[in-house]
Amino acid sequence: MNIHEYQAKEIFAEYGVPTPKGKIANSVEEAVENAKELGGPVWVVKAQIHAGGRGLGGGVKLAKSLDEVKQYAQEILGMTLVTHQTGSEGKLVQKVYIEDGADIKDELYLSVVLDRAQEMPIIMASTEGGMDIETVAEKTPEKIIKVTIDPSIGFQGFHGRELVFGLGITDKNEQRKMIDFASKLYKLYMDKDAEMIEINPLVKTGSGDFIALDGKMGFDDSALGRHPELEAMRDISEEDPDEREAAQYGLSYIALDGEIGCMVNGAGLAMGTMDTINYMGGTPANFLDVGGSANAETVAKGFEIILKNPNVKAIFVNIFGGIVRCDRIANGILEATKLVDVHVPVIVRLDGTNAPEAAEILKNANIANVIPATDLADGAAKAVAAAKGEL
Amino acid sequence: MSILVNKDTKVIVQGFTGKEGTFHAEQCIDYGTNIVGGVTPNKGGEIHLGKPVFNTVKDAVDATGATVSMVFVPPAFVADAVMEAADAGIELAVIITEGAPVKDMMFAKQYATKHNMKTIGPNCPGIITAEECKIGIMPGMIFKKGNVGLISKSGTLTYEGANQVVKEGFGISTAVGIGGDPIIGLSYKQILPMFEADPETEAIVMIGEIGGDLEIQAAKLIKEQITKPVVAFIAGQTAPKGKRMGHAGAIISGSAGTAKEKMEALEAAGVKVVVSPAEIGKAVAEVLAKK
Repeated sequence: MNIHEYQAKEIFAEYGVPTPKGKIANSVEEAVENAKELGGPVWVVKAQIHAGGRGLGGGVKLAKSLDEVKQYAQEILGMTLVTHQTGSEGKLVQKVYIEDGADIKDELYLSVVLDRAQEMPIIMASTEGGMDIETVAEKTPEKIIKVTIDPSIGFQGFHGRELVFGLGITDKNEQRKMIDFASKLYKLYMDKDAEMIEINPLVKTGSGDFIALDGKMGFDDSALGRHPELEAMRDISEEDPDEREAAQYGLSYIALDGEIGCMVNGAGLAMGTMDTINYMGGTPANFLDVGGSANAETVAKGFEIILKNPNVKAIFVNIFGGIVRCDRIANGILEATKLVDVHVPVIVRLDGTNAPEAAEILKNANIANVIPATDLADGAAKAVAAAKGEL
Repeated sequence: MSILVNKDTKVIVQGFTGKEGTFHAEQCIDYGTNIVGGVTPNKGGEIHLGKPVFNTVKDAVDATGATVSMVFVPPAFVADAVMEAADAGIELAVIITEGAPVKDMMFAKQYATKHNMKTIGPNCPGIITAEECKIGIMPGMIFKKGNVGLISKSGTLTYEGANQVVKEGFGISTAVGIGGDPIIGLSYKQILPMFEADPETEAIVMIGEIGGDLEIQAAKLIKEQITKPVVAFIAGQTAPKGKRMGHAGAIISGSAGTAKEKMEALEAAGVKVVVSPAEIGKAVAEVLAKK
């Protein structure tokens, strides 16, 4: 789960990680009110959406008067912001964050993420703040410093020294401040089960202080159960409504731009099914993992969600029945076709436990648009043909 | 022969009396797995599925001599259960539970390693040595005995791959579902050399996914150490960037961990890489015919 910048900054404040003063606003009036309270003389008006690259998309503006705060808040609130991370459809801005302007002397980059190869958190830092870090990593990898923290010993002094010397910070006072900053960030990362914390830019002010000018945080979904305070920060308007609805039924759904709806059990097989459709010249309309317990209700819900997408011209149901018997799934599919009006061809491949019985059930039901397939290749080929109207 | 487990392996079940634990333990017993007991705190002394229940893993190990544990406890208690198993001298913990917090697994795996306990999973179908020992949730009947070793991040793709191998007239020596979480136990790097050393295994199927770099490490190892033919499939060639596809691990961000990168690295290591999982069976038949 991801949170907004203003929420990340609330958590920073809780951990003593310095941030500029700021206040969140839902309306233009509130934005101006916030700016008055903060006092100025300059403010930054920032769109709050779950995506990076907001500045380039016109979602971050520097205001030098209350009139400008008003003007920018008017422009930003309600705009559909398109950045390199939102996709072409962009995201609707419903909140703006009004923040004190900072006296920026230097821009740095700092993040904490899990290094999967080492199975430990690493702190990544760079002197190239304010830039797209992926570009920095690609073009000048030597400018990225990585410090691995073994969680069994936690953040030690030597980690801090590696960091500040790597960043070329020579002033002792500044060294102390940066080490303090990073150690607090590491503590936050561990305490809150974060998946990723990224500050870009982290700025050094004219007076030699380090502050988090931006903040991005994502958390481990599996750990949210023990963090009700984070769950309370969830902004459902940032989530795809279909994906969310699917999740309520234990389905994992992601919309894509193709024509063949997919319903599969298991994430790996679901991706493998998409790959096979693509390989055979078709295009998948979605990823849908029905999980381990495919039954009439979940299958019906799956059909309903897939068919909301007007581009879908055929559906490929690809289930490898393990513990769940295929004959039961076949009955579930038949029942689901009664619950939902399925107006496109449905290619059904059921393999595994009791597959012959399942084939018999589908054959006997004799529903015109339910077409059985013998294996993955056969099913994918039939689905691709059906989507082209050639079946 | 086989790897890691066989008909003599003594297995206990942690979370034995729970709904999932009960259902799958019974299936494993029916398959022929030598399940010698289980652990559920406060139910020590009871008999469940005809096997003794113990309060602690230590009690279970002392009484039965078990060396492997199958873990079915709820996600929040997985780390605790794994560390308890390591502490009690278990040699291999097979963690089936889905949804264990990543931070918990980070600590649990470190502790397991310190105690020389191997782990498989979490969030995986488990391990099966065909017609001898099933420790997990896979449908046993599709795994006919044979000479193909299988390693996979994905559960249903494990079944798909094994099924195709069997349909081509071959069979499986041992199949290991390693799981796709950010932190997992045994991976390609440890399991490939075991198959290389196993006289019964003549070819290896390796099924990977987008995300992380385990398959890249595997490619390097195959090039240096593996002489047996390897067939590989990487799921997620068509997955959109930055989206999570079910498994916590199956996420692409930036350029790291794409299917393309992994497929190229494996091909360069001499692996027969297939672009669709529907081709796995045929590819295995091909590499075995060449031998």
